[in-house]
Amino acid sequence: MAVTREPLDDFRIRQLRARDMLRGDLDGPQLERHVEEGVLTTRLDQAADWARGNSLFPLTFGLACCAIEFMTIVSARVDVARFGFEALRASPRQADLLILSGRVSIKMAPIVRRIYDQMLEPKWTIAMGACASSMGVFNNYAIVPADKFMPVDVHVPGCPPRPEALMHGILKLRAMIQGHPDQGWRARYGAAGTEEVVGPERAVDAVNVFGAGDTAGA
Amino acid sequence: MPDATGLELLAQDLRDADADAVLDTLHFRDRATLIVNPARVRPTLEWLKARGYGFLASLHGVDYYPDEPRLGVLYDLLDMDSVDRLTVKARVPTDQPELESVVPVWRAADVQEREVYDMFGVVFEGHPDLRRILMPEDYEGYPQRRDFPMGGEPVLFTYNEGQVPRWYE
Repeated sequence: MAVTREPLDDFRIRQLRARDMLRGDLDGPQLERHVEEGVLTTRLDQAADWARGNSLFPLTFGLACCAIEFMTIVSARVDVARFGFEALRASPRQADLLILSGRVSIKMAPIVRRIYDQMLEPKWTIAMGACASSMGVFNNYAIVPADKFMPVDVHVPGCPPRPEALMHGILKLRAMIQGHPDQGWRARYGAAGTEEVVGPERAVDAVNVFGAGDTAGA
Repeated sequence: MPDATGLELLAQDLRDADADAVLDTLHFRDRATLIVNPARVRPTLEWLKARGYGFLASLHGVDYYPDEPRLGVLYDLLDMDSVDRLTVKARVPTDQPELESVVPVWRAADVQEREVYDMFGVVFEGHPDLRRILMPEDYEGYPQRRDFPMGGEPVLFTYNEGQVPRWYE
């Protein structure tokens, strides 16, 4: 039986069809066609990338004056919450975006790298401002550019960048996560498998947690 | 600030107390400076503190390259009662950059002497904990000396990335 292909772009026709379906008046090929138009199919990794790109958790981490501009992106004017990035996490274990907001001195670099290693995959980095990218005005003995010691996904230029510029960088990162997951940079820097896992010799028993089977606090 | 005459009178009083304490005096743009013998820094400062200059406002280093002796350590003193400021300067050579610590006189000198040690390499004898304060512990050299290389590196852009092959490894 040939399926009749009437144009369905009229919203009112679709509404009537949905009403027919709810009443049980729709069956056979017409019902199949209605379901086909109502369901969106995608691949799981694409859906995951879409969700990841819209819910980045930046780490609450500031290095210098760029951090002031970084704070501004959660304010009302450049509201980062519109894109789902407003949940700034205080622990690197919960964050998946590290924004290097300021100059990194050679004394700070191992600490920054350690924080990066403590973040769990998938994780991304934005080098914000001239200092984190190329040492800027502090191109001297004390400062080290970020991509000398860790992989950087997006560089945001400026001294410091305006909040809009950082927002643009974050949206670029979102496009990267959703469209082209790494553009080859992460493999090139050896960014995979850099998570720091605390071994049993350094693990500390949690404090104020009842042991298994202990129902005293229940 | 003591005026030029007051500075000379102060220097003469110091010389009366300790004959080889003061090497020179300098009065420039209303700033009075006593250039003291580096071997006599601590007793001179103690004498000045008893005299009324009780507050160590700042302790910092200078490199006077190419003048010799190259390094200078400046003690900015303040007399809180008469609101009178005095700079005491001690010059030490780079091959023997040693001064006596004034931490027992002013506790505030602790971190400032560490900074001068960190940046200029002046060793303060008698300092309770003379370590680097800003640079990493294993850092070599004293970066604020004039003959220390500026450091830094060429800024890496996409167009010159190929000139530094595999720099990221």
